[in-house]
Amino acid sequence: MQLIPCPFCGARPEDEFHYRGDASVKRPAPDAGEQAFYDYVYTRANPRSWHTEWWRHFAGCRQWLKVERNTLTHEVGAAVSPAETLPHTPA
Amino acid sequence: MNDRYSGWRLFAEAFRGNSGWKPAWRKPEPKPRYDVVIIGGGGHGLATAHYLASVHGIANVAVVEKGPIGLGNGGRNTTIVRSNYMLPSNTRFYEKSLKLWEGLEQDLNYNVMMSQRGVLNIFHSDAERDFAVRRGNSMRLQGVDAVLLDRDGVRAMLPMVAMDNPMFPILGGLLQPRGGTARHDAVIWGFARAADRRGVDILEHCEVTGVRRDGGKVVGVETTRGFIGAGKVGVAVAGNTSRLAAMAGLTLPVETHLLQAFVSEAIKPYIDCVATFGAGHFYISQSDKGGLVFGGNLDGYNSYSQRGNLPLVEHLMGAAVAMMPSLSRLRVLRQWAGVMDMTMDGSPFICKTTVSGLYFNGGWCYGGFKATPASGWCFAHTIAMDEPHPLNADLTLDRFREGRLIDERGAGPSPWAQ
Repeated sequence: MQLIPCPFCGARPEDEFHYRGDASVKRPAPDAGEQAFYDYVYTRANPRSWHTEWWRHFAGCRQWLKVERNTLTHEVGAAVSPAETLPHTPA
Repeated sequence: MNDRYSGWRLFAEAFRGNSGWKPAWRKPEPKPRYDVVIIGGGGHGLATAHYLASVHGIANVAVVEKGPIGLGNGGRNTTIVRSNYMLPSNTRFYEKSLKLWEGLEQDLNYNVMMSQRGVLNIFHSDAERDFAVRRGNSMRLQGVDAVLLDRDGVRAMLPMVAMDNPMFPILGGLLQPRGGTARHDAVIWGFARAADRRGVDILEHCEVTGVRRDGGKVVGVETTRGFIGAGKVGVAVAGNTSRLAAMAGLTLPVETHLLQAFVSEAIKPYIDCVATFGAGHFYISQSDKGGLVFGGNLDGYNSYSQRGNLPLVEHLMGAAVAMMPSLSRLRVLRQWAGVMDMTMDGSPFICKTTVSGLYFNGGWCYGGFKATPASGWCFAHTIAMDEPHPLNADLTLDRFREGRLIDERGAGPSPWAQ
């Protein structure tokens, strides 16, 4: 069981959250061109280490969170609200 | 062919104290250069090597694998074989695979314990029934067998299911009689032995650390056992395709996710087909040893860990007992997880890349095991001819850019929801 440190509710188990993928992906400007939108919709870095992700605490505060999590070890780093910047995570 | 397996050979070895059996494949040292290097010693990589040697006459081939062969998803699946897809691009590919499965034991001279016991998809609502009818009709139009069962038909096949669960009453099922199971390890060993006998070098404990390019062309792979030159390189490392792609400077429409599977303690014959529960994602069959083999959904977040978490275990056991209440007192013996390449439309790719001489085979999502023979067959064709076979012409990476998605489920570019 992964525990996600919700900044509003404290450490909560993963089944209180919905996952919504890679949070490093940014929507391009409307005139950015086809390649930028292709990358935005489809291509992913898919790292085998630390990964920045969207999780929504649907069974708690119902806030979207930006979470740093290791895809190899399932270690969970920091979680912040979407507008904030994640602190540097150790490699 | 003097070490061909046969009933006579078994009989003769019994009188020789079984002293005549040889290892099923060699442990060769890497040669400096091969015509083709296949990265990944799982079912798909070994099948590719087998078909390169047997169909295309290219035997100067190496299969490089970071550990022993068959310990990735080849040893972590739930052994189900079927071709009950709806979209033609998938149906014709998986039907080719099922046809190869049907003759695989003769082709490989290896007992892969192919058992066409039928795959039954149960439905629980009018909408699910309509979709099953549509999929069944699509399959039949493409020459694949499909039979629609009513309630009594399902009850006759599966007397242990809860027909009148108040939330999930069973209305019927869509059966593919030719579907079934095969012994997963035997498939790996069979392909390895058949490829080895044709001269393919299987290089175990040989991890690829880099793909060497000369301009726009691939010239070989860096490995933990030194550089190996190659005319062409095929990548069949589903679960880790993104990492190999990164070595070649490519980014793919793929995320890596966990899929768990379970085996119960062995019991007497309980279920003689493969059954899926339409109300949750749950499927079950029984192995020849008697253990019930079952699995369900992805854990739902990116992971390379090869181990699952408890929320999905709880969900799956709930689905199991909702479908077959008599399972409630059965004990689970083993649990494990494999890592899947989940693509943005839920379908695989077997294709050329922008790097000359580099070919990709991956994105198998849930469908990797059943695809093994056709995946190898099509990948071997794509590598040998430097162009895809019509069967895998649609299974490209370009389809995402071109808007030709093969989205069987229509879940959108959300790999965790496929």
